[in-house]
Amino acid sequence: MADDGEEAPEENRKRRTHTFPIVRHTDMPKPMKTEAIAFCMAAFEKFANNNEHAAKMVKEAMDKKFGAAWHVVIGESFGFGVTHETKNLLYMFFGGNLAVCLWKFC
Amino acid sequence: MPTSNAAAPVKKKVLGAKSQKATNKRKEEDDDNGDSSWEERVQGKLIKPADQLELTDAELKEEITRILTAKNPHAPQNIVRYSFKEGAFKLTSAVDQMAVHFVLDGCLIHQDSDEARRLAAHKDLAEESLAVDSGPGEEKTDILDAPRDGGEEEEAGEDDRADSVASKTNNQEPKSTNQFNYIQRASQTLNNALRDRSCQTTPPPRRNYSAAASQWDIYDAYVEELHKQEMKKEQQKSRKDGDKNQKKLTLKDTAGDDKHEMRTAIKLLERMVNQNTCHEIAQDFKYFEDAADEFREPEGTLLPLWKFSYEKAKLMCVTALCWNEKYPDLFAVGLGSYEFSKQGRGMVLFYTLKNCTFPEYIFPTPSGVLCLDIHKKHSYLVAVGFYDGCVGVYNLKNKGLEPQYKSTSNTGKHTDPVWQVCWQKDDLDNKQSFYSVSSDGRVVSWTLIQNELIFSDAIRLSLTGPVSEGPDGLGEVTTAAGTCMDFHRQMDSLFLVGTEEGNIHKCSRSYSSQYLHTFHAHNTAVDAVKWNPFHPQVFISCSSDWTVKVWDHSVSTPMFTFELNASVGDVSWAPYSSTVFAAVTIEGLVHVFDLSINKYQAICHQPVVSRNKSKLTHLAFNPIHPIIIVGDNRGCVISLKLSPNLRKKPKCKKGQELPEGHEVEVAKMEKILSLLRDPEQSAH
Repeated sequence: MADDGEEAPEENRKRRTHTFPIVRHTDMPKPMKTEAIAFCMAAFEKFANNNEHAAKMVKEAMDKKFGAAWHVVIGESFGFGVTHETKNLLYMFFGGNLAVCLWKFC
Repeated sequence: MPTSNAAAPVKKKVLGAKSQKATNKRKEEDDDNGDSSWEERVQGKLIKPADQLELTDAELKEEITRILTAKNPHAPQNIVRYSFKEGAFKLTSAVDQMAVHFVLDGCLIHQDSDEARRLAAHKDLAEESLAVDSGPGEEKTDILDAPRDGGEEEEAGEDDRADSVASKTNNQEPKSTNQFNYIQRASQTLNNALRDRSCQTTPPPRRNYSAAASQWDIYDAYVEELHKQEMKKEQQKSRKDGDKNQKKLTLKDTAGDDKHEMRTAIKLLERMVNQNTCHEIAQDFKYFEDAADEFREPEGTLLPLWKFSYEKAKLMCVTALCWNEKYPDLFAVGLGSYEFSKQGRGMVLFYTLKNCTFPEYIFPTPSGVLCLDIHKKHSYLVAVGFYDGCVGVYNLKNKGLEPQYKSTSNTGKHTDPVWQVCWQKDDLDNKQSFYSVSSDGRVVSWTLIQNELIFSDAIRLSLTGPVSEGPDGLGEVTTAAGTCMDFHRQMDSLFLVGTEEGNIHKCSRSYSSQYLHTFHAHNTAVDAVKWNPFHPQVFISCSSDWTVKVWDHSVSTPMFTFELNASVGDVSWAPYSSTVFAAVTIEGLVHVFDLSINKYQAICHQPVVSRNKSKLTHLAFNPIHPIIIVGDNRGCVISLKLSPNLRKKPKCKKGQELPEGHEVEVAKMEKILSLLRDPEQSAH
C-alpha cells in the first residue's frame, strides 16, 4: 500500500508529462469529440496549475464553436449528476489524475 | 418728418371732447395746411370748403382762449342713484370720465411670463435636435420688441432676419409662428389593430448523466490503458513473427471466421423461422397428450409431428435410422436402395428436430448406404455400411464430405452388402471399434487406429454349422448371409446374428468358429434382431414372413409370435419399458405392442403413410422423448409422438414409491415370461 502510494505520485508526475486522455463516457459525434479533447489538452497545457482558468478557457472555446451554454468541470475528485443536451456530453480522464466533465445545457 | 407726423395725432387724441370741434378744426386746418401745402405742391391752388367761415383778418388774429380739460363731454355730470340702505336718492360724487374710443387686443406675450415659458418649453421639445446658437437670443428680443413700433419695414426686415436666423441656426428657442402666416393642422392615420402572438419552441432533447471522479478511478483507468497498449504491442510483435510463415493461412482464417460467424447466425435464424412456422408441431411435441386415451384403453395413438425430407433424397429409400445418444434431437438417416437392380448413389443425412426443413449434415456417398450406427460416447463418429461392401466412418467434426476412414478391397472390405454395423466399447487402448455383418457371411471387427481401419474377422457364418462334412469328406464351409446383428448390452461378448435363411445365431466374440446356439426363427430372411434393453434374456426378431417373434435366448422356441399381415421391415424395443416394442410394415402401418397390457394384440396399429405410395422401412425410438421416427422408401422420415397409453408405467400401490428403473422393468418382463413358462412346464 505504501509502495503504491509512493509510486502513484511519481507515476502521476510522469503521467503529467506524457499524457493521453482516456474517454470514460461520451455521446458526442466524433468530430465534436476530437475538437473538445483538443481544446481540453490546449487548456491543460496552458493552465497547468489553475483548473479554473483552464475550465474557463475550454468553456469559452466550446461556446464559440458549438454555441449556447457549455459547462466545464475540471478536478481531481468529484461526483456529479447533470442534465445535458443529447449528444453533448464528454467525461474523460486526463493527465493521470485529472477528470474533466463537459456538457451543454441551456 | 415722419416722426413728427406720428407724434402729433397721438397728442391730439388725448385731448378731451370739448375741444373736439376746435381740434377738428385744427385738424382740418392742419390737414388743410398739410393738404394745402400738399396741394400747393401738387397743384398750386387753394381750395376752400363750401361751408368755411369767412373771417376778417382782424378776427383771424384774435386770440381765443380755450381751456382743455380732461372731462368727458358725453359723461353725465350728475348721476343719482337710489340707495336702499338710506332709503333716498343719492348723488354719485365721482363720474367716470373715461371714454374708450378704440380697443385692440394684441397677441403678444412677454417672454418672461409663464405662458411664454410654457410655449418655449413646448417648442423646445420639437426643435431639440437642431443645433443651438445663443446668438439669435438678442436678436429675437429685438424682434419681439419691434412689432410694438408697428413699422412695416422694420417688421418685414426683422421677419426676414428671423427666418434667416431660424434656417441658419438650429434654434434653442422655439420659433413662434404668427396666426396669419402659419396654421397648425393635425391628422391621425389609421393604426393597424394590434395582435398578441407568442410561441414556444420544443426544447432540445436532454439527458441526465452522473458519475464520480476519484483518484483511484483515474489511476485504475490509466493502468488498464497501459496494460492494453502493452498487450497490443505484444500481439503485433507476435503477428509480425508469425506473418512471414503463415500469411496466407491467417488470411484464410479471417475470411473463414467471417463465414463461420455468418453461418452460425444464419443457422440460428433458420431454426427460429422453422420453429415459428412449425410452432404448433413444436407445441404438440412438447405438451400434447392425447386426452382421448383415457377412454380408449388399452389402445393408444401416434400423433404425427414433423416430416423430414430432402430433395435430393427423394429417390432413395431410407435404409437406416439411428438416434444420437448425446444430442437426443439429432438423428441419422441412411439412404440407399434395397432393389438389387436399382443401385445408385446413397446419402447419409443428419436431421435435428429443431430444423425440420433441411438436414444438418449431408454426406453423399458413391454407393447406397444400408446401415449406420452412431457411437455412444463419441457421438461424432458414425459407422456406415455400404451396398458395395465397404464400411466407412464419418467424423462429424471434420469439415469434409468424405469419411474419415474407409475400407478398401485391400483392407478387408466385404464382398457383399454390409447389412449391419455396431459400435463396440472402446478397447483398452482407447481405440474405437465396430463390427459389421454382411451377406458374404463374415462378421468383421474393425478398429480405428490412427488413420487406418484394421479389420479382423470375428466369425465366419456358415450354413449348417461351423464345420460340416461334405460329400467328398472335405469340410465344406458354405457361408450364410448375415442380415442383422445385435450385441448384448450387459454381456459384451454375446451377440446375435440373423441370416438370410431365417436363422438367428447366438455367438460369442471369444469363439470365432462356433455358434453358441441357433434359433430357427423365420422362414425368410431375418430383417432385424434386437436385445431387450432391460431383460437380459429376451430378444425380438422380425422378418418378411409377416411375423414378429419375442424370444428368451435360453429357450429355442419363441415366447411370443405376432402376425402382422404384411412384411415387417423393422422392429424395435422401447427404451422406457421392457414390454413395449414397435414394428413397421410395408403396408405403411406402425404397430405398437405392450406385452404387459395385451399379450396377443397390438395396442396401436396406425397407418402412417398411404399404402399405395410408400412403404415403411425402418423405425427408431428416441432415447429420451416419447417420439419415434419412421423411414419410408421415398427418402422421407416421419416423426410421431406416442400417446400416453403407449407409454404406460406399471400402476403403483398406494403408499409405495413409484417403482421405476431397470429392475422393475426386468421384473415386469420376467413376470410375463414366467406366465408362459409355467404353463409350458406344467404342460411338459
